[in-house]
Amino acid sequence: MCTSIVEIAAAEGMAKGRDDWFPLTHAVVAYDHARHALLGDVITLDFFHQDLPPSSRSAVELTLDSAKHLQAALSRAIAAAEFEEAEVRGQTEPPVRRRMTPVLEPV
Amino acid sequence: MSYIGMTCEMVTIKGEGGTPIQAYTAKPAGKGPFPGVVLVHHLPGWSEYYIGETRKLAHYGYMAICANLYERAGQGHPDDVAAKVRADGGIPDAQMVGDTAAAVQWMRAQPGHNGKVAVMGSCSGGRHAFIYACTKTDVDACIDLWGGRVVMGKEELNAKTPVSPIEMTPKLSCPLLGIFGNDDRAPSPEQVNQHEEALKKAGKTYEFHRYDGAGHGIWYHHRPLFRLEQATDSWGKTMAFLRKHVG
Repeated sequence: MCTSIVEIAAAEGMAKGRDDWFPLTHAVVAYDHARHALLGDVITLDFFHQDLPPSSRSAVELTLDSAKHLQAALSRAIAAAEFEEAEVRGQTEPPVRRRMTPVLEPV
Repeated sequence: MSYIGMTCEMVTIKGEGGTPIQAYTAKPAGKGPFPGVVLVHHLPGWSEYYIGETRKLAHYGYMAICANLYERAGQGHPDDVAAKVRADGGIPDAQMVGDTAAAVQWMRAQPGHNGKVAVMGSCSGGRHAFIYACTKTDVDACIDLWGGRVVMGKEELNAKTPVSPIEMTPKLSCPLLGIFGNDDRAPSPEQVNQHEEALKKAGKTYEFHRYDGAGHGIWYHHRPLFRLEQATDSWGKTMAFLRKHVG
């Protein structure tokens, strides 16, 4: 495919590039044909800094299913983190059910 | 049986707005005259695949040039540069036309050139090649290899891609060859149908070849998208098209 499926989000943090860590400004999520994974179309995640050279990039290519698992894991971790943050601030939030061990898909 | 040698060099050409951009060139050994092919690289950028295709065309007797349309995004691995371009919303169609025009001009200025030029690209490069052949009148043939987004909805248009390429069809200035996989979804078989209808309506010279059991990137021998039977057949059709229209 030659898709135009591209989502861009502001990102604050750091990522590990080819040689070293670098600060981030953006994360880009795209769906198009893979450049490296031996797959057809993939979800590509790019983390980069808009003012640094192109080599300051951290990237992954994932199958759609892997991307869904990652999305779910992110959601669980974020929910748990927000609960912790609420506790720290003395707020009473309903407990969030947390999965403590990673769930691996059967090979 | 014998093979001809070739000379490969990097050159710098003046792209859109006078911006210096790099281009990879390959020339068959000998005095010629040789026909020319201007390659327009794909969405993954000015990649090793395209450098190899440039050499392959010289092997088949064509002077070839492939310009780095992503030059302005900075230097680095083609993947990284292409990712930066993607994050920036791609390159403007008008800029691509200016950069490709510089490659065509370079070709026409070469000693031993036969005066004929084809423009050829795959994926986004197929779309770009078609736009070029509809915008300029200095090429003699156009090859669109599975170019997506030739048919664009109004919601997809923006400052960088202001016109759906299919709307440019009446201005196509040369014969067109299209190679498509019927399992592709960008372009989908329905979009290829629409494009073919537009070509018929405008009375253009074209030939489309569509392959079952293939999707996008039929020739990409380094990717799982590669389809041996369909790639072999469509390469033969491409060579025949080039011989007919540019020599």
